[in-house]
Amino acid sequence: MKLLEFLKRERKQSASVAKERLQIIVAHQRSQRGQPDYMPMLEKELLEVIRRYVNVDQEAINISLDREDDCSVLELNVTLPHSG
Amino acid sequence: MAKIIVVTSGKGGVGKTTSAAAIATGLALRGNKTVVIDFDVGLRNLDLIMGCERRVVYDLVNVIQGEAGLNQAMIRDKRVDNLYILPASQTRDKDALTSEGVEKVLDDLSRDFDYIICDSPAGIERGAQLAMYYADEAVVVTNPEVSSVRDSDRILGLLSAKTRRAEQKRDPVKEHLLITRYHPERVTYGDMLNLEDIREILSINLIGLIPESEAVLRASNQGVPVTHDQKSDAGQAYTDTVSRLLGEDVPLRFHEFQKKGLLSRVFGGGRR
Repeated sequence: MKLLEFLKRERKQSASVAKERLQIIVAHQRSQRGQPDYMPMLEKELLEVIRRYVNVDQEAINISLDREDDCSVLELNVTLPHSG
Repeated sequence: MAKIIVVTSGKGGVGKTTSAAAIATGLALRGNKTVVIDFDVGLRNLDLIMGCERRVVYDLVNVIQGEAGLNQAMIRDKRVDNLYILPASQTRDKDALTSEGVEKVLDDLSRDFDYIICDSPAGIERGAQLAMYYADEAVVVTNPEVSSVRDSDRILGLLSAKTRRAEQKRDPVKEHLLITRYHPERVTYGDMLNLEDIREILSINLIGLIPESEAVLRASNQGVPVTHDQKSDAGQAYTDTVSRLLGEDVPLRFHEFQKKGLLSRVFGGGRR
């Protein structure tokens, strides 16, 4: 019996892995909620333009749209590699 | 004025139609005049689950296109007074449902009924969006499984943006989480998401928890909504769910794993 419990503990519980993965993906989905339908396309095209000049990858670019009282702010954050 | 409740999920096969049939039956058993509408145009199945597939003459699309009246298309349930079914069409024409048409049908039904249950198709396409568009409340059916939880979150996003209530900036659609196919034993051993985790990830209120149950397949085989099987855990769990929808405070059942004792192991019993 003891041995059985020991063996069980060795394996990481799959449900907690599922929970962690879901928390991340759901947070990502929610950050995109309510944004205009053109955002994914805009994001893609901005990335293409930047890549024409600098070789950056997807993760180096962060685009967000924040709504304030009477206007929206499009924020574009690009981390450039050292050599430029 | 009827209350319009959409039963939706995003992912297919999680128990939308079973739940829509069971909830509609439960509401009618409690004395509410209820109609349940199948929005799954092209793939109707609610009629089978409700056991009235041989009595379908006209359907939702016929009504919308003016080929039949509501009273001709609605099927009166054989078991419960005050319960009606409006079947979906088998047409392959995806645009058979129009927004104006659906609105007119719901308006007409609203005058006569207490509850209108909309059984949504899977997915986030037109049919699913029309099923939720006019809703006052939503029951989001979710299995304790990653793809189902993720899809439910997508549906929650649509409920908060692409509904009449959202577009008219009225009070938002009231969202309820219904967890189905829950397996307390697997949860105990850490191989299934527990209800608290799911509730936390989706951050909406739990309206009910339906355990994985043999009674559900038995009910669909016979075309008798599982709510009628009050000896079964699933039947009782749906009855609890209906009570909560009616605003009653009912404690949660069937979420804890009970190790079988020697006696019940020998003689069976307990779970049915």
